[in-house]
Amino acid sequence: MRALDLDYMLGLVPVILGYVPLTLFMAVAGMGFALILASLLAVERVAKIPVLDWFVVLFISFFRGTPLLVQLFLFYFGLPQVLSFLTQIDGVTAAIMGLTLHFSAYMAESIRAAIMGVDRSQWEAAQSIGMTQGQMMWRIILPQAARIAAPTLVNYFIDMIKGTSLAFTLGVTEMMGAAQKEAAGSFLYFEAFLVVAVMYWVIVEVLSQGQKRLETHLNKAFVR
Amino acid sequence: MIDISGLTKHFGGGPVLNNIDLQIADGERVVVIGPSGTGKSTLLRCLNFLDVPQAGRITIGDVTVDAAKAGKADVLALRRRTAMVFQNYALFANKTAKQNIMEALVTVQKRSKAEAGERALAVLAETGLADKADSYPAALSGGQQQRVGIGRAMALEAELMLFDEPTSALDPEWVGEVLDLMRAVAERKQTMLIVTHEMQFAREIADRVIFMDGGKIVENGAPSEIFGSPKDARLQKFLKRVEG
Repeated sequence: MRALDLDYMLGLVPVILGYVPLTLFMAVAGMGFALILASLLAVERVAKIPVLDWFVVLFISFFRGTPLLVQLFLFYFGLPQVLSFLTQIDGVTAAIMGLTLHFSAYMAESIRAAIMGVDRSQWEAAQSIGMTQGQMMWRIILPQAARIAAPTLVNYFIDMIKGTSLAFTLGVTEMMGAAQKEAAGSFLYFEAFLVVAVMYWVIVEVLSQGQKRLETHLNKAFVR
Repeated sequence: MIDISGLTKHFGGGPVLNNIDLQIADGERVVVIGPSGTGKSTLLRCLNFLDVPQAGRITIGDVTVDAAKAGKADVLALRRRTAMVFQNYALFANKTAKQNIMEALVTVQKRSKAEAGERALAVLAETGLADKADSYPAALSGGQQQRVGIGRAMALEAELMLFDEPTSALDPEWVGEVLDLMRAVAERKQTMLIVTHEMQFAREIADRVIFMDGGKIVENGAPSEIFGSPKDARLQKFLKRVEG
């Protein structure tokens, strides 16, 4: 057993810190697109539009049923061989695409459950005043479903932040990729990966504080 | 003028509404009474298609809808000529009292936010809740919530206001204030169709009382006739039970 090289670890922190923005960019972009796509998928699952519903079920089944890493490889290495216009795609874009599709499948199910969890009276009141389906969804049902789904969606966001580390397998130098490169140069694998692990952990902990504030905000209408 | 003819609704089993005919004049206040499960609420809910009737014709003002072939546009047209007050208030939980009243004015009637806001505050003042404009439903008592619910329906200025047992879910202490507000609405000659178990209230404000049983209108007349000289045995029995 050898002692940890603490100086090396401290020196690594600012290096890896430099890649935090890219990691967060992929996670935030992926989450933004996934939220939009998941909401559309969820609304469709509730409305059950003929034919389209069949595709949505298939989509959710595929992206929940296969590993994220396999999906990333399929997009980045596989698809360009079949669809030539995809050769332009860079690793970051492919990672955001993969994260979006993968997580939207999970999030669609929890948003769907949240929509179904909005009290029947809210739908009926919206219908009784003559709202269209779209107005009812957008103005009454989805805002209330957001409150129900928020804790689960934050969980998926945390999962997505960690999922960005797979982008390094597509040649993207983000936090994990940077740690890997540093370790390969110094041979101090334990130190390098410990630093990057702690840094992911800190990011997620900071975010968990944000979760409490988000939930308080979404609950403000429901406090007696 | 409201004209309902041949309205029929069945949920799986037997008919809940069996070939209902009913005319209501402008400004008339009609109260529906009868035992539980006889289709009173379903009658109201079929008029705005919260429950979909299988047959019948509904005319409200300039809109006539044939239930058997009603499309989306027909349903919206009926809903935009009616306003409903629910038993469980059904206020939008994510909106304040004022926003609850503004919602339909802005989204459905396409009025400006400023105009809708003014109208909402005026309606809240009439319901005696001007100071609760920015309160969310969760922070209001049952009676206050139902007064906002009535305010939301009043603001629509609909041709027909539907009241589906508006006091049934309330603690007894809040019933009085809700009935008072309904009296105020009735005084403006608003056309009202009210399902209620408040017999005293029915006697007082109704122009006409309808007794329903088994999905049919059994008796239909002035309150003095219905309560004073009920003809049908079922009505006599019902009145004996509810009036003790």
